[in-house]
Amino acid sequence: MTVALARRLTLTVSGFGLLAVAAILTSPLIGSTHISLRRAFDRAIPFADNVDAQIFFIARLPRTLAGALVGSLLASAGVVFQGLLRNPLATPFTLGVSAGAALGAMLAITFSWSFAWAGVSAAAAASFLGSLAAVGIVYALARARHRGLSTNVLLLAGVTMNAFFSALILFVQYFADFAQTYRILRWLMGDLDISSYQPLLSALPLLIVSFVSFAWLARPLNLLSLGDESAETRGLNVVRAQRTAFVSASLATGAAVSVGGPVGFIGIVVPHLVRLIVGPDHRLVLPASALFGAAFLVGCDVLARTVMSPVELPVGVITALIGGPFFLWLLVRKR
Amino acid sequence: MAHWQGYELLQAVDVVAGYPGRPSVLHGVSIEVPTGGFVGILGPNGSGKTTLLRALAGVIRPARGHIRLDGQDLTPLSRQALARRMAVVAQETHLAFDYSVLEVVMMGRYPHLATFEIEGPEDFSIAREAMRATGTLQLQERQFATLSGGEKQRVIVAAALAQISGAADDGILLLDEPTVALDLAYQLELGELLRERQRRVPLTIAVSTHDLNFAANLCRTLVLLKDGHVLAAGSTGDVLTSEHIRELYDVEADVTRHAPTGRVIVIPVRRSPARSQS
Repeated sequence: MTVALARRLTLTVSGFGLLAVAAILTSPLIGSTHISLRRAFDRAIPFADNVDAQIFFIARLPRTLAGALVGSLLASAGVVFQGLLRNPLATPFTLGVSAGAALGAMLAITFSWSFAWAGVSAAAAASFLGSLAAVGIVYALARARHRGLSTNVLLLAGVTMNAFFSALILFVQYFADFAQTYRILRWLMGDLDISSYQPLLSALPLLIVSFVSFAWLARPLNLLSLGDESAETRGLNVVRAQRTAFVSASLATGAAVSVGGPVGFIGIVVPHLVRLIVGPDHRLVLPASALFGAAFLVGCDVLARTVMSPVELPVGVITALIGGPFFLWLLVRKR
Repeated sequence: MAHWQGYELLQAVDVVAGYPGRPSVLHGVSIEVPTGGFVGILGPNGSGKTTLLRALAGVIRPARGHIRLDGQDLTPLSRQALARRMAVVAQETHLAFDYSVLEVVMMGRYPHLATFEIEGPEDFSIAREAMRATGTLQLQERQFATLSGGEKQRVIVAAALAQISGAADDGILLLDEPTVALDLAYQLELGELLRERQRRVPLTIAVSTHDLNFAANLCRTLVLLKDGHVLAAGSTGDVLTSEHIRELYDVEADVTRHAPTGRVIVIPVRRSPARSQS
């Protein structure tokens, strides 16, 4: 067990990294039309004549990459929320943070806000602000009950936040025109049906900032699981670590939701499976969850596209069907 | 770090402290923790023991007065620099995730590492030494959550020792009511462990406790706190008297010597006759 962390990290990253790459390369090959990976990457055929390449790069790869990005962000945001709130059942979805982000994104879309700043679109920025507001409420609750959030309070707060934001979302929906409504409904289920690289690019700056913060947070999160005061007397600047966690996890959730909607349960299924394999050290759990989250959501999306082919389900349906029972099992197993 | 004459290793000077939005808990407390000392802080519930310990640890800042380490005010010291000198053992520790004993002890090495630095062989050997000293080496692979209360406390002490290891001759260990969750055997064991550690390496200890016999047995000096004031302070023999105990707890007690061991023991006899609570 005392194998040096550096070696375990290399093993973890290469193992889960291979899984993610395999998922990203395989997923675009699966669908109603068969294509060949070799033909898609054959540079001898001009792109205009290469149907395989067109399907691979234009129709399917953006969606696959969206799955990887959203899965990776939500899984690692889940890890950070769990560490920050000292509760393994905390996730962006169950806390209502995803719903807050969704409300932000919906406002931006419905009222066609169209500013962009440093490549970040209005939808992504509004989504970030929505999740920041939601996390702010949860965090204030946790501070008010200074022993940290018990599972009961956490779940109740999450249910309430979800109901509250859902009501606001329904309210905003009345301002949307009828044609938008169907798309919005699918998106609210968690849907990766995008057909350009634009949403990915505009979420990218948020992704980079949040992942850099997560890398810094790995060790502080380990200490925080001892409790605030014990972490502080071990030399951690607790307030700074908590603020960083709070903002960066909101950024990650905002970026993910602006691309794929509030896809549920990734933030709980992935970190738990990862901890079973690599243990609780956040320096391993965070990178492993980011990579496995990508592979997991891409895999779920393949299922979503194929189980009822040619009908494509929103991927959120699949993750909820897997994650719901998983979450209940964790809840029962706890005591 | 050199220790000059003229001031104590750790000092509270006229400290007024408390919590935001509430009346202060400590009303001008001064205490001295000398190098290599073993100081007990006694007092009834609400007397400010834990608050004093937290102020000494730099967790809360005094509203007035100073905490001094090596004669210098604590405030400008970074959390990290302070943590290399001083470790705190909390009453109880609950972990949010299933860390192993070794992982918990290694968390004590946090203040010695740079931002993205990974623990090296030296950190592991320090952790192993601390676990050996606390008799927890054979537990290192176990999950912390599965240990008994006494084992957990020993592991946390190991983490604290690993944390201040390398502080040369002036590491400080603060313990907040360490025996509360422990049965008799573990209480004795913890006391023996602390004494043994002090015999082997230079170490300064301050402990808050309700356990008069634990304090009588271990501490060389005592500070008695009542209602946020120092009632008495000095060597254990001088301070631990029937009069002080009556004043501190409203309890009649006999302080006597246990013939076979020569230890001072306190026998609470009864509650003092009702007095006007003035």
